[in-house]
Amino acid sequence: MSSQSVLVIGGGIAGIQASIDLANMGLQVYLVERTPSIGGRMAQLDKTFPTNDCSMCILAPKMIECAGHDNVHLLTYSEVDEVRGEAGDFKVTVRGKPRYIDLAKCTGCGECTEKCPRRVPDEFNMGLDKRKAIYMPFPQAVPRKMTIDAENCLYFAKGGCRVCEETCQAGAIDFEQQEEVLELEVGAIVIATGFDPYDPAALKEYGYGEIENAITGLEYERLICASGPTEGHLRRPSDGKVPQVIAFIQCVGSRDVNYKSYCSSVCCMHATKEAILANEHYPALRSFIFYTDMRAVGKQFQEYSIRAKDEYNVSYIRSRPGRITVDEQSSNPIVWYDETVFGEAGDSVRRVASKEVELVILCQALVPRGVHREMAENLGLELDESGFLAIQDRLACPVDTSVPGIFACGFCQSPQDIPDSVVQASAAAARVAELLSPNSRKPGDA
Amino acid sequence: MPKTRVGVFVCHCGNNIGGVVRVPEVVEDARHLPNVVCVEDNLYTCSEEGLSSIKEQIAEQNLSRVVVASCTPRTHEPLFKEACEEAGLNRYLFEFVNIREHCSWVHRHDPARATEKAKELVRMGVAKARYLEPQEEFESEVFPAALVVGGGVAGMTAALSLANQGIQVYVVEREEKLGGLVRELRTLFPTEQDTGELLSPLMEQVRGHPQITVYLGSEVENVEGFIGDFQVTVGSDGQNSELQVGTVIVATGAQELRPSGMYGYSTLPNVVTQLEFEESFKSGADLPPNVVMINCVGARVPERTYCGRFCCSTAIKNAIWLKEQDPDAKVSVLHRDVMAYGVDIEDSYRGAMELGVRFLRYDIQNPPQVLGAKRAEAVKVQHQLMGKEVILPADLVVLTTPLVPREDSERLSKMLKVPLGTEGFFLEAHLKLRPIEFSTDGIYVCGSARYPSSIPESVSQAYAAAAKAGIPIRDGSVRVEAITVFCDERTCSACGNCVEVCPFGAVELEEGKFGRIASVSVAQCKGCGCCVAACPSGAMQQRGFDDRQLLSMIGALAEGMVSGGGR
Repeated sequence: MSSQSVLVIGGGIAGIQASIDLANMGLQVYLVERTPSIGGRMAQLDKTFPTNDCSMCILAPKMIECAGHDNVHLLTYSEVDEVRGEAGDFKVTVRGKPRYIDLAKCTGCGECTEKCPRRVPDEFNMGLDKRKAIYMPFPQAVPRKMTIDAENCLYFAKGGCRVCEETCQAGAIDFEQQEEVLELEVGAIVIATGFDPYDPAALKEYGYGEIENAITGLEYERLICASGPTEGHLRRPSDGKVPQVIAFIQCVGSRDVNYKSYCSSVCCMHATKEAILANEHYPALRSFIFYTDMRAVGKQFQEYSIRAKDEYNVSYIRSRPGRITVDEQSSNPIVWYDETVFGEAGDSVRRVASKEVELVILCQALVPRGVHREMAENLGLELDESGFLAIQDRLACPVDTSVPGIFACGFCQSPQDIPDSVVQASAAAARVAELLSPNSRKPGDA
Repeated sequence: MPKTRVGVFVCHCGNNIGGVVRVPEVVEDARHLPNVVCVEDNLYTCSEEGLSSIKEQIAEQNLSRVVVASCTPRTHEPLFKEACEEAGLNRYLFEFVNIREHCSWVHRHDPARATEKAKELVRMGVAKARYLEPQEEFESEVFPAALVVGGGVAGMTAALSLANQGIQVYVVEREEKLGGLVRELRTLFPTEQDTGELLSPLMEQVRGHPQITVYLGSEVENVEGFIGDFQVTVGSDGQNSELQVGTVIVATGAQELRPSGMYGYSTLPNVVTQLEFEESFKSGADLPPNVVMINCVGARVPERTYCGRFCCSTAIKNAIWLKEQDPDAKVSVLHRDVMAYGVDIEDSYRGAMELGVRFLRYDIQNPPQVLGAKRAEAVKVQHQLMGKEVILPADLVVLTTPLVPREDSERLSKMLKVPLGTEGFFLEAHLKLRPIEFSTDGIYVCGSARYPSSIPESVSQAYAAAAKAGIPIRDGSVRVEAITVFCDERTCSACGNCVEVCPFGAVELEEGKFGRIASVSVAQCKGCGCCVAACPSGAMQQRGFDDRQLLSMIGALAEGMVSGGGR
């Protein structure tokens, strides 16, 4: 009989959903997550389209349900090193990186974080503020435990400090902790490694990194979020001023044969949501969304973008801007674009136009996670031309990779939004259940 | 009887509550309420720290009731109830007070009054908690079989997946053949495979699988029961079969909109829909040299606001096919936005342009016009990017229309007691995180019955539905939340109001100890409370919401008002 255990790689919403479904099927699930907490990209979002549900509020119960399930074995801060074997009988080596924290003792109280003298850019907040070298990535983290980031910890750099050790009343700090290597036997593998934002600095014309008031979509998401670095106040980087006119530029690196030729699928609605949120925070605020095609293709999406126009002061301009310059005095970005649609600007001519705004949000392409290529190589998986995990039979088996017994769901296999990822996660669970079902009878069986 | 000991936990929810409501004041207020023996505040009560604190206090303070004042029970109630249970307290001795959605979020500009309101809400919660009673949840067996309504690609995939998990499946298909809407297509997007390459093996496996029974030319006539025990009547030519199943998957698909009266459709012979175009050229008829396709016909308009999601893909697929058959053919696609989301569709869109397919953008305020009296001869369109009128010769005009709900969706939705959305498609439990489940347990949806979906999307949803529908069957039993209604036999006058108002068919009149009375089927009762409100004699009482509990809440609020808001 096949092993009744499953390895899930990636603890974002897809990996979480796949784990919950598999665990509810009675299978043993090993959920491996690279970072200290599960939650993934969805944890970084403020609200979600088209319902404006608070992202963390709908995600957190899932995270807790997943981690608390008797059949789920959560392996955070861990990576898959090697996979051998075949469908029904894989041998997996998982490497648990040392957190330098005794998880059984740590209460997550946060005293150590307060005292830690080392401040480093906070990746959860897209580097917009600082965290400490001993930290919890976000307040709802699961597990709710600290991690010492050895790369930045003063003790590991210079041998001194150890302030956290003195502070911790639970005695949870363990600088001697070693890497742990785990050997697992699983019958199937589900991959859900998600996406990274593409670095828009590659598109010189938009000046990302040089123009202070040009930020990315995910950075904006942290700024507008009540639990973000500005507690939801939309303060622009140059002077902390709240902008009254903002612009979103779509397809930054997407749908462009020079960068990523595919459409990232979620950015049209993402920008629409962000523009709606801005107006909810500041009722006089105006947004301009520079788009190529407004791909509002999901349930209630058209209605959402109609509401954006009618109720939230959002204007859509069909154009891919060629350049952003800056007004030196005000630090305002000026977006230069070609009016591609006759009559959109209210007159009957088309021209090269410019719009001075106070903040520009670059909705960059979304790409498979950086670690994804190496993982694919380790597992012997094929990638498609765009770098996503290749699917053998898109029509009949849309979550089956090129290796039998290994399934892929969510953004790692094609650009998609949260509901589609959740669907694929459950679909992958069904495929695993079919593979491992002890009483499965296929046609032709006696 | 030992004294009731109430513990109150007030959550800051980071800044969500704490940024508006002055939590320490709420805590202080709660300390003085009757029966309250401990009050705590937490940054996040839902965190592991918050939950362990609840458990610790139950043990240390010997709490007999727990009140959490935080966010919404919709997401967090199970969590707190479980914490109570883990500490040995019956999960129904827990009371939830929502001071976020009901208070801090809606009064964020008035912290002082929001704080007073939070105090009042907590007082009401504590008052009710004192009258809570322990409850036992009803448990019932799950019959080990599933019903799939619809034998298209989604239905067949779901059935096969369940059967391959070792579960008995019944497939009910209205038509005489399996295959659904896809059967009418010529080739499939994005792989350009012939339809048969997907359908034939699927149909063969479904027909040959020992655990699948297919009912062709049949319809679901009636459904009674609840998760674990649905009794289904399947009718075919006046013959009825009775099935018993534990779970149900709706995979009834959708149909192409036939746009009567638009762009000469149904009056001009050479104006057809995409599906008709595919059907008519299946047999290798002569291809017209000039083809104009018009997208968004009957979609994204005030009377039908939604986008058909994959109609653009269909137009792209058919345009490419035309150019491949005849590279000299002139093929134009008039569109409003090209919905080529993702990798495959965008690739095909670019491929179509490289093959010479012309894409012209039009404005819905100034839509294209089909010219010609007896036949369509040309299409006149205001080219939005060129700013001028263009006349395109047309031997054939193909209208790209969205899928619309099947006419019998409403009948099925009533039988299954699951809702339809405003567009007429089946409405899932939650758009974001429960896309293929209904609020009603044990019933799931996949494919275009939920919303127009491409084949890969429908198939993914079908597998997902099979995962969900298989879980209760594997478990073998389900539990029902004990918020159900019971009837006090002594006061019931058997008027039948409750029977009439119950949306779930859970109440019946029957002979009881004191004559005719209302009787509630616990397994079917969802705890909506309609019958309680309709009952003129106060005989219908809901567990966790009985008269004494609710009146105590009102009393607590009124007491505060009399004493001027403060204590």
